[in-house]
Amino acid sequence: MIGQTLSSPVSRRGFMVGAAGLTFGIAAGLPGETVQAAAAKSAAMSPWVTIAKDGTISIMSPAAEMGQGSLTSIPLILAEDLDADWAHVRVIPAPPDDALFGNPQFGYMYTAGSNAVASYFKPVRKFGAQVRKILIANAATHWNVPVSELSTGPSVVIHEKTGRKLRYGEIAAFAQIPQDAPEVKDEELKPTKNFRLIGKDVMRVDMPGKVNGTARYSIDVDVPGLLYGAVMRAPVEGAGPATIDDKKARAVKGVVAIVPLSYGVGVVAKTPSAAFAAKKALVITWNQTGKAWGFDSTKGGEIFAAAARNLDQKSMVWDALGDTKQALASAATTVEGDYRCDFVYHAQMEPLNAVASVSRDGKSVELWAGVQAKTVAVTVAASALGIAADKVVYHDMLMGGGFGRRGHHDIEFVYDAVVLSQAVKRPVKSMWTREDDFRNGRFYPLAGHYLKAGFDAAGKVVAYHHRKACDVVSAFQEPARLEKDKGRDRVSFTGLEAKYYQIPNHLAEAVPMDSGMRTSSLRGVAHLSNLFGIESFIDELALKGGVEPVAFRRTLIGAAPRGHAVLDSVTRMSEWSRPRADTALGIAYTDFAGTLIAAVAEVAVDRKTGIIRVPKMWVAIDCGIAVQPNSVRAQVEGGLIYGLGFALWERITTKDGTVDQANFQDYHIPRINEVPEIEIDLIVTDNRPTGVGEAVTSLVAPAIGNAVAKLTGARLRQAPMSRDRVLAALKV
Amino acid sequence: MAISFTVNGKPVSVEAPPDTRLLWVIREELKLHGTKFGCGVGQCGACMVHIDGDRTFSCLAPIEAVAGRSVTTIEGLSAHSDHPVQKAWLAERVPQCGYCQSGQIMSAAILLKQNPHPTRAQIVAHMSTNLCRCGTYPRIVRAIERASRES
Repeated sequence: MIGQTLSSPVSRRGFMVGAAGLTFGIAAGLPGETVQAAAAKSAAMSPWVTIAKDGTISIMSPAAEMGQGSLTSIPLILAEDLDADWAHVRVIPAPPDDALFGNPQFGYMYTAGSNAVASYFKPVRKFGAQVRKILIANAATHWNVPVSELSTGPSVVIHEKTGRKLRYGEIAAFAQIPQDAPEVKDEELKPTKNFRLIGKDVMRVDMPGKVNGTARYSIDVDVPGLLYGAVMRAPVEGAGPATIDDKKARAVKGVVAIVPLSYGVGVVAKTPSAAFAAKKALVITWNQTGKAWGFDSTKGGEIFAAAARNLDQKSMVWDALGDTKQALASAATTVEGDYRCDFVYHAQMEPLNAVASVSRDGKSVELWAGVQAKTVAVTVAASALGIAADKVVYHDMLMGGGFGRRGHHDIEFVYDAVVLSQAVKRPVKSMWTREDDFRNGRFYPLAGHYLKAGFDAAGKVVAYHHRKACDVVSAFQEPARLEKDKGRDRVSFTGLEAKYYQIPNHLAEAVPMDSGMRTSSLRGVAHLSNLFGIESFIDELALKGGVEPVAFRRTLIGAAPRGHAVLDSVTRMSEWSRPRADTALGIAYTDFAGTLIAAVAEVAVDRKTGIIRVPKMWVAIDCGIAVQPNSVRAQVEGGLIYGLGFALWERITTKDGTVDQANFQDYHIPRINEVPEIEIDLIVTDNRPTGVGEAVTSLVAPAIGNAVAKLTGARLRQAPMSRDRVLAALKV
Repeated sequence: MAISFTVNGKPVSVEAPPDTRLLWVIREELKLHGTKFGCGVGQCGACMVHIDGDRTFSCLAPIEAVAGRSVTTIEGLSAHSDHPVQKAWLAERVPQCGYCQSGQIMSAAILLKQNPHPTRAQIVAHMSTNLCRCGTYPRIVRAIERASRES
């Protein structure tokens, strides 16, 4: 690494985790392409920005692109305070370097939880402003005028007094880059009213390639000598092969190697078809290590529900205010509710895969993958080979969907490619079939919710108790984080307390379970399950209290103007109070990490078949500054449709720890003819930008359930609200 | 035995077992990676191509069935990404992760060829062969309506 890593004023204030060194000087830490460009004809203004003499501004994008658009949004934010001309900006996926590019909220390069824009927003604005200051300082020296007389326009420094201008590219030709990053105070950032880029839609940089087949995912990688890999993995985590009969597999034409692994058996072949055929021809018996053997998800659902309800079952206090047990004991009336959620499959459209090319001596590897945490992929590859991380050349590929599936600490599909390539010392594209993707799925966890609330004599809610029994996802997905969080599993339990509802006594308890199943975060994370319980239960309370559900929520949120504004909007759009002939409306509301959002669903129910139809949904969202408003809308549309599948159809079941579903014919994700008309009110405010991608997902099931209850009187307590469950509820 | 057919207007000859699925030949032999593998069983439509002017799940089509026929993939839909459907796709900002979009676009192009002015109901019925997990469906409908209007 050339250049000097400095401790910047920014990092000393602890402003951005990961910005421990703002590296100034010669293009240190930049990817190969840029290093060369920098040496030849560019000035590396910071690790984030390189300006070429021709005016091209290269900006690093630290987040992983899986369709949400942050590959574009984050450089756009930086470009705003740099005052760059967006037409001259080239976006470069940042190389794996947590210290420079780590997500401030996670401490490493991890794209998840809908927080990329929210988390990087302020740091990258400052990085942009720092570079702008450097450019201005250089222009001031060049012209021998005071800095105070200079301003900037798109990619140009202007001396208004004399009408002189210097383009950023021209300055890059002679720029002196200071050792210390100039300090930028909050008040020096561009005022919101002057934004030229933030809040105005630009073409996402990844989009044109997605309409002509040129966008590249890891599955599309082609390198000389490429072979194809497939792995038959044990059906249960922790299990492995007891006996392997590979005679038939070896006989498949084109098979190059059979690779026994601790967790399964790999095949390497000359074509994908041969690899898949050979994998299928393997005869393997599995040892019985691993916890999930014997796990039946239907029975498990009962056990989890009972654990949530059983107050003697060991739990962890997630959040508490006041004395909830006492308040419930002395309440005038109480209401109880049980809710359950099944295992859910991510169903990202690109079956998991990666390409690895291990060198002949086994001491280095080139890797192509699409993951939510690229430094983790590098670590996984390095540790698989017992080499240092700097011996891993990592190529960032687009992801054909993430939804949490590509964010695990072990990134097993990357590991597959590395060990198969290691075995044959040739580049290997290791591909899972869709059946593998189901069979080896890491699912959104089964959960049982128990809720109880108490009213005082005046009808005010005085106590609220919520217990959730659920696998501790982080113990499997990201053990280091669980340790860091002292055993509090944010993936499984965040938001359980629903603090935005102001109830004087509340108690949220996490009841840790261990099914042994492979579990994962999913779009919506803990909220998806939690809010099905919370928002359905809030409607039950409103009904019990004889208060209309929107008014009931308004009382509970108290003085929260942004919350009231989204409720105003969604009720106005949906004509909430207008009676319908054969349909009914249901509402759900939340504060998703600072994003205020409310959704209304209109439903019809076929009482003979149990089929719920959702002709229309309305969503009002205030996510503060909408960096890319059209992308925000796209995320709301997509997030809603994801939530629709969870609400109505999606259910993974297991017998003996083994997944019953094999492909899309037995797992129903939403199709185009099944989605409601969607109307969105994007309320843009001057508040800091907050998360969008998952905000609405969790509101769909409760909004639908509440509408069904209003229409039929039947309360649906299990997600998905499948036909059989609807029919059963209607019979009660 | 070599099997000959046409891909995007060019004659090709492929040595592969006759039951090899067209998808893998297109992707891994002919190096046209725009056509995607999604499910392998004709459930998701990510692999959609045109054969002799109609749409086909290339993950199901054995290569022997394609002999002598004309295959069009996303790469061959237009010379400069300027098919009305592609232009409408960008104008409506349809793609998110993008993985299913080649298949969506190939399906949509056939719809408009067969029915230049489809109703909304016809659009969703036709496009129900193609899954999109990101949930770009509302934009797909709008893009097809736009392409129908503008072409």
